[in-house]
Amino acid sequence: MKRRLAALRSGHRRQAPGEPRAVGYLYVLPALAVYAVFLLYPFGQSVWLSFVHWDGLGVATPAGFDNYRDLFRDPSLRAPFAHALLLLLFYSALPVAIGLLLAAVMSRVRVRGMTFFRTVLFLPQVLALIVVGVAWRSILAPDGLLNDTLRAVGLGSLARPWLGDYTWALPAVGVVGTWVGTGLCMILFLAGAQRIPRELYEAARMDGAGPVREFLTVTLPGLRPQIAVALTLTIIAGLRNFDLIYITTSGGPGNATSVPAYEVYHRAFETNQVGSAAAVGVALTVLIFVLTVTVSRLVEGRRS
Amino acid sequence: MGIPGTGARRRHTRAAPTVLTAALVLLAAGCVPGTDGSGAAGSGAGAGTAVPDPAKAGKVTLTVWDQEIRGGTDGELTELNEEFEQKYPNVRIKRVARSFTDLKTTLKLAVSGNNPPDVIQANQGYPDMVSFVRAGLLAPLDNYAGIYDWNTRYPNTLLNLNRVSADGTDFGTGRLYGISQTGEYIGLYYNKDLLKKSGLEPPETWRDLTDGLAELKDRGELPVQFGNLDKYPAIHTFGVLQDQLDAAGTRDTVLGRGDGFDNAATKGAAATLTDWMERGYLPKGANGLGYDDAAKKFASGEGAYLLTGTWQLADLKKTMGDKLGLMPPPPAKAGGDPVTTGGQGLAWSVTSRSRHPEVAAAYLDFITDEHAADVMTRHGVLPAVPGKAAAAVAPDTVDGQMIDGWKRLSAADGLVPYLDYSTPTFYDTLSAALQGVVSGRTSPAKLATTLQQDYGPFMTEQRERHAAKPGPASTG
Repeated sequence: MKRRLAALRSGHRRQAPGEPRAVGYLYVLPALAVYAVFLLYPFGQSVWLSFVHWDGLGVATPAGFDNYRDLFRDPSLRAPFAHALLLLLFYSALPVAIGLLLAAVMSRVRVRGMTFFRTVLFLPQVLALIVVGVAWRSILAPDGLLNDTLRAVGLGSLARPWLGDYTWALPAVGVVGTWVGTGLCMILFLAGAQRIPRELYEAARMDGAGPVREFLTVTLPGLRPQIAVALTLTIIAGLRNFDLIYITTSGGPGNATSVPAYEVYHRAFETNQVGSAAAVGVALTVLIFVLTVTVSRLVEGRRS
Repeated sequence: MGIPGTGARRRHTRAAPTVLTAALVLLAAGCVPGTDGSGAAGSGAGAGTAVPDPAKAGKVTLTVWDQEIRGGTDGELTELNEEFEQKYPNVRIKRVARSFTDLKTTLKLAVSGNNPPDVIQANQGYPDMVSFVRAGLLAPLDNYAGIYDWNTRYPNTLLNLNRVSADGTDFGTGRLYGISQTGEYIGLYYNKDLLKKSGLEPPETWRDLTDGLAELKDRGELPVQFGNLDKYPAIHTFGVLQDQLDAAGTRDTVLGRGDGFDNAATKGAAATLTDWMERGYLPKGANGLGYDDAAKKFASGEGAYLLTGTWQLADLKKTMGDKLGLMPPPPAKAGGDPVTTGGQGLAWSVTSRSRHPEVAAAYLDFITDEHAADVMTRHGVLPAVPGKAAAAVAPDTVDGQMIDGWKRLSAADGLVPYLDYSTPTFYDTLSAALQGVVSGRTSPAKLATTLQQDYGPFMTEQRERHAAKPGPASTG
């Protein structure tokens, strides 16, 4: 950014071709205007709302940092953030891990009907999350597909009302997220793997590297940018996850699956705590920002 | 009926939540806190002294926001709207109908905006109706209640649920801010075939019912179908159990003048719920079964009884036909007065900034009068005050049973309001705690303390508000 500004100040004539010019801002202006009106301005309002107590109708009273303090003090607000972080394991870590595994296998072994498998694995990404939620709600029902299958193979003792179980509801919702995210990660990694020069694999094999060694020394480093993208996308999707929770459990049983995004909706629309909802929203935004910056620094190795 | 009309029944429809998230952003963008918080509407008991004549109001467009989008209520209201327009050709009704959830999320913005609808359906209780009144957005209807004889048309129990104190503090007392079209109560649906097969008659007393549950269980039938994944259904089941133990006390507590929830009735009801779960009277894993799924299972013959609202009648009847029976939960003694959780559909209210309050009031009267009741009955909807058509429904049909039960409940003053009316956050507290009871994690004593921890502090706040605003606030 600084470099660009410096370039601006130095005037147009003396610039080398391809250097950023002031006219560039004119090109992004339409997009920037839309972005400002529909995202930046509302976000500013949300920040402002997070500093008031307001029921959405009457007079707002200043709240100072009350709403933010509650995020740390109130267990019913702390819990959603803890759940969200735990869910990242399912929404982000697992899809990336499984995606890597699939990509590694697929790049090594020739599978017949590859396109078919790729399509099937990517399908969850195409479906609306509402549809995914409704489908999984019936799969996870007390006599849904999952429990029926367990009973059929003699594991009936493991069958349980997954979404109504205090211990298993959160992992159950998490697995749905894994199912959704894996396809995206796999496609990203497959595309990335195709760009890794064949010579590297050949060299590794000539040096006697087995599949594990080859994966660690060639595939994994070669996929670093794709892993960063996959992590960023899945972390954002995981943290702002609202639809799945709303459809499957409404945060229940008890509050065992409440997440920040659901809490924003719940407080703003159902319990008339607009200030508190805004504070949760702002905190969630900050959390997403911090995590994605961390990912781009650590994984992608990008420096500002 | 149909779409959830009260907090206790919300989330019956699950419409486009993604839109809602987007709407939050718009909410943040669209409104500025405190622009028009003028406090309670100051205009006494409402305008008007003589019977309004909409015909003389000139050309009027009446904007109406409602959530009656389901078959029966939609049909009934469409018909009444057309009749109203025919009766008063100068009036055009602009109807905006959306699902309960969608209405709930958009109504606040609409009502507080610059061009509010004239007539809205407001959800009773603290989060919606009381908030609207406190912000001065609804017009009091007491004068119209006098002009149109609403005070005698409706039983007081029902009318009170649409009252809010003028300062917007109390619910269930004070000025009238709406009237309801429909009635509803939590009834005991039963599968006639299953009962007969097990050698049982429809129960006449509560004891008959509970004895029968054991019998059914022994025969390998599921006694009571129940799904609580959506969190709210247990509020209804629990309410019915609690009403059996102390209906009057529970009603007082909900309306803010009882002894609260740390009492024998709460613990007793929770103990029964736990007991029914342990004995297998209710399905194992009920917390993982959806409300609609449970109703479908009951309709397909799984479960002898189902405790839920009259709004389910039309759907159940479609599948079960003559096999379906319905009664209010049986009383302690044969022939005694029944008690149950129930009330009425959402209140129809007039906004305080409506330019045609008189036409709006005439409309309210038109869609709730005796003729309207007959139209409702024809559409299979339970009118709050049944009319001639309701009396003509054959008493041995399930619709006849529903109407008969409603009449007996109204006559005996046996309706206890939905428990989640108790405090602004009570829906959350109660539904979460009851999922704990259903799963066996929360003991009855713990439930009682949890509920009281919500109820007690709110009552203290209410008393402080009263102390801060002395005056005729809470006199009805």
